[in-house]
Amino acid sequence: MQSLAKRDRIDMLLKIGRQWAIIFLVTELVFFSVMARGFLTLNAFQIIFFFGTAVFLMATAELYVIITGGIDLSVGYVMGLATIVSAKLIVAFSQSGMNSFLSILLGIIITLVIGLIPGMINGLLVSRLKVPPFIATFSMLGICHGISELLVSEKAAKNLPHLANAIGNGHFVYIVKDGGVSFFSRPEVARGVKVYEILPNVVVIAFVFIAVFAFILGRTKFGQHTYAIGGNKDAAIRSGIDVNWHLVKIYMLSSFLASLAGILYMLKYVTGKADAGASSLLDSIAAVVIGGASLYGGKGTVWRTILGGLIIAILETGLRIMGIPTFDKYIIVGVILVSAVLIDQFFPELTYKE
Amino acid sequence: MSYLIETKDITKRFGGLVAVDRMSFGVSEGEVVAILGDNGAGKSTLIKMISGVYPSDGGTIFYKGEEAKIHNPMHALAVGIETIYQDLALAENLNVYSNIFLGREKTKKKFGFISVLDHNYMHDESTKILKKLDIKIPSLKNNVRTLSGGQRQAVAISRSIYWNAKVLIMDEPTAALGVAQQKQVLDLVNSLKDHGLAIILISHQMRDVFEVADRIIVMRRGKKVGDLIKKETTTEEVVNLIVGSEMVS
Repeated sequence: MQSLAKRDRIDMLLKIGRQWAIIFLVTELVFFSVMARGFLTLNAFQIIFFFGTAVFLMATAELYVIITGGIDLSVGYVMGLATIVSAKLIVAFSQSGMNSFLSILLGIIITLVIGLIPGMINGLLVSRLKVPPFIATFSMLGICHGISELLVSEKAAKNLPHLANAIGNGHFVYIVKDGGVSFFSRPEVARGVKVYEILPNVVVIAFVFIAVFAFILGRTKFGQHTYAIGGNKDAAIRSGIDVNWHLVKIYMLSSFLASLAGILYMLKYVTGKADAGASSLLDSIAAVVIGGASLYGGKGTVWRTILGGLIIAILETGLRIMGIPTFDKYIIVGVILVSAVLIDQFFPELTYKE
Repeated sequence: MSYLIETKDITKRFGGLVAVDRMSFGVSEGEVVAILGDNGAGKSTLIKMISGVYPSDGGTIFYKGEEAKIHNPMHALAVGIETIYQDLALAENLNVYSNIFLGREKTKKKFGFISVLDHNYMHDESTKILKKLDIKIPSLKNNVRTLSGGQRQAVAISRSIYWNAKVLIMDEPTAALGVAQQKQVLDLVNSLKDHGLAIILISHQMRDVFEVADRIIVMRRGKKVGDLIKKETTTEEVVNLIVGSEMVS
């Protein structure tokens, strides 16, 4: 009887232990609410998501690749390349007399199409030519970095149309304290009247795409095949799945999302920068692993990954509010990442089960 | 006598080595034929030609008396030849019904235009096929990782049956199993026979072979050296043929 009660207790502890990511998130929230003045405000939370967009998008990209048992190290510099390509295109279009809206729209679409190329090359290298994903995407990291520096060494992309800034730093909804709601643009109010800015545009755009990719992974044939490849590649091949082509699509999807992150960065900071996404690589892989995916492939979900990304984004903003330098964040994220991998390896019963 | 599946003078060479040398044999509906032979006798190469993994270098495969052109695994599947490999080819991270439908998932339309997985349909169909074969698995929503070796074998087999296998090739189906599970699998083979399948069984376990096979074909150095009816032969005769101490014409 006693041993039964004991086993029940262990089962319960395991159940709680499996949710360590959520427990960590809550602890973080409590810690920063107490320690960081001004953390517990609507504004701070919007800032967390605002700065988190790149990590959320690239973690989603990384998740797809990691589920297939691969890894994409190029996402950070694909993002950097996209900031520069989109900025240069938009400047060129608007200088040629095109109106702001059209040049931004066209610049974004062309950048997204160009953004598929690094992924396509990664995918072909990995699937057809059997290059290890680590090497293929690491080389792509170098290539994208080089091209980015080459592009800005000629002439930095400056003088983006004002509209880019308005989109990148604008909000979906503005609520005037005295009453009145306005969408997309800040209403004209008398001095001293408070306007609440709700839902940054870039966050909304990012989450629309994240929701779509969460749906694809969780509900469609494409998602199912992604898991199958990570679970048993031979089984996937023998059951008639075109694994090579599927992998090409996965790496293209990854660099598409990285490019999207780059475009949102360009809209936020109204500039292009080669190393814009350099630090997001660590963050995005960490987010995926904290979210319960296995680096051996076959498992993980988008929303769990976003939870992992949120843990990192909260850490970043919380530390910033406390005035602690951001490189401390890298150390903490690095430690969490290794811990999460160790938990997966040595205490598999503690990893999240779908 | 008309066979469901038959090979005539089928041959496979690897460089100078003749792995399978003008091999002819056939299997009828509802018959279990075991192929025995020492390592390197050509058993695996033979079944890989029938399942389309290796293209043959000569000879013909007939299905229902008509020539079947099998150049890749998809051709074999289209004909109705399914192979259960030793490693079972299951995705352990997916649940039972997802494995049965792997690569051939059933989808339904959501909002009229988005194709999403139809979990209910796949679950129900899988339940039916397992019931038909009298296979008991606690929950079809469990990942295959949580199943026993015998249950995994059963999942792999029911996948083949669901997708209309007419010819089932089984490569060492009991090799990695415990005694109780071996029995389950052999019972399953017997029930498949009753469902009218032609079964080609490759096994090292003489006991298994004598329990389920109707006929025993012995291969040595790529050639057929014996085609015996189980009831008329003995373990000793079969072993002698395998090692080559006696020739039976």
